Amino acid sequence: MAATFFGEVVRTPCRAGTEDEEEEEEGRRETPEDREVRRQLARKREVRLFRRQTKTMLEVSLLEKHPCSKFIIAIGNNAVAFLSSFVMNSGTWEEVGCAKLWNEWCRTTDTAHLSPTEAFCVFYHLKSNPSVFGSCPRRNMQVTILTCRHVTDYKTSESTSSLHTPFLKALKTQNFKEPPFCSLLEQPNIVHDLPAAVLSYCQVWRIPAILYLCYTDVMKLDLITVEAFKPVLSSRSLKCLVKNIPQSTEILKKLMTTNEIQSNIYT
Amino acid sequence: MFVPSGDSVPDLAGCTLLMPAVSVGNVGQLAIDLIISTLNMHKIGYFYIDCLVPMVGNNPYATAEENSAELSINAEVYALPSKKLVALQLRSIFIKYKSKSFCEKLLSWVKSSGCAKVVVLSSSHSYHRNDLQLRSTPFRYILTPSMQKSVQKKIQSLNWEEMEKTPCIPEIDDSEFCVRVPGGGITKLLYDEGCSKEIPIAILLKFVSEGDKIPDALGLVEYLNEWLQIIKPHCVDPTASSLPWKMPSSWRLLFGSGLPPALF
Repeated sequence: MAATFFGEVVRTPCRAGTEDEEEEEEGRRETPEDREVRRQLARKREVRLFRRQTKTMLEVSLLEKHPCSKFIIAIGNNAVAFLSSFVMNSGTWEEVGCAKLWNEWCRTTDTAHLSPTEAFCVFYHLKSNPSVFGSCPRRNMQVTILTCRHVTDYKTSESTSSLHTPFLKALKTQNFKEPPFCSLLEQPNIVHDLPAAVLSYCQVWRIPAILYLCYTDVMKLDLITVEAFKPVLSSRSLKCLVKNIPQSTEILKKLMTTNEIQSNIYT
Repeated sequence: MFVPSGDSVPDLAGCTLLMPAVSVGNVGQLAIDLIISTLNMHKIGYFYIDCLVPMVGNNPYATAEENSAELSINAEVYALPSKKLVALQLRSIFIKYKSKSFCEKLLSWVKSSGCAKVVVLSSSHSYHRNDLQLRSTPFRYILTPSMQKSVQKKIQSLNWEEMEKTPCIPEIDDSEFCVRVPGGGITKLLYDEGCSKEIPIAILLKFVSEGDKIPDALGLVEYLNEWLQIIKPHCVDPTASSLPWKMPSSWRLLFGSGLPPALF
């Protein structure tokens, strides 16, 4: 509770997260019907993997079916644009699966028949080098994660307005031995959400993994932000996959133009 | 589940597990940070679970360039074998409806690992205090029945105040009384699970409001220290220049980045 300037008493959000008493009472009042509704909601929210070409669900996990030595994840539009233009423009990449999910934030209401364009995550593997490794593919796998964050999320003793954006920071697991291509993310800065979930998994299960985080002041698709990831092209994971940088820059420019035309209502 | 960070599974038999409840002002978590940092406890493993929001960062207790690059996740276990102390630190909030599952998994691990007792550091909303509580010390303790048997005498000799029970249904006059910890996060859940599974749990909490909780965290660790004597008691000497508790290097910029000079 807090009193505002005008003297009214308002309920302030608590840093502890959920209001514990509400959750307890909800648990006590729950009927079998409520439990069934909650169970069905949880099923609706499950992440499902399927093949778009055949529209069938994947029966085994993706890494079991396609074990690999290099697993690269791009999260967010700038990271995806970078990967598409600079890494996936060379060689033939085959789509091996995609993940679809639904939660209350999604705009679509039909969860049973999400169209292929609504898949939120697509997995590709390089046809010429599927990198199959014996019986313990995970042990030999290296994970690279690329994502962006707004520069105001970055904590520093100087003001964030004085920082030269975009800039790269890295976080790596204990088993990742290669030196990173930028400085490490200093405390007290932290990372949340999907990149954190992937890195946590890799740290706990001793998989070498590195997260390259680009702090930018432009969250929509932006050429300068995408190009900030360029140092990563010299890494062991990506070096052999990068063939033609000038061509990549052209592909990237085309991606930007397409995006701009779509978003400009005056032309 | 507990996943050791080294090659062998550490032996926790007979140890005291210190842990925070994610509660108002995050006082419990700050207190655990102080304990891990001051005692220089080393990481022995992770409590890898899907009940907490994922989060990673570099070593929050780094003292030098060499040890600043170790990755930390949202739930980690630290140990100080010489004092038979184990600390679990939780660094993010619980996902809705997953608190109960967390408590069950945690206490099941406590039982299987042979920990002698659990001490939970927590906090409660100060605005919920009644008149008597307003006039007394802000610290309270709660013990599960199996803990009461072993430590009641020691606690009584410290003249500590037990957390007052409140009516379960305030509107009814002859309602039963139960333990309530408003703003305490999973404190009550841990207490209930501890009672039903006969696990010795002691909860130490402070009444706080939101804000800069560093002084409250220091108060809470001193309160704990009166009982467990983790560090030598702080001598009441006004000329003593340094605090006995070491603040971790990650406690910088708690209230955000520097301000733009143009603001002024």
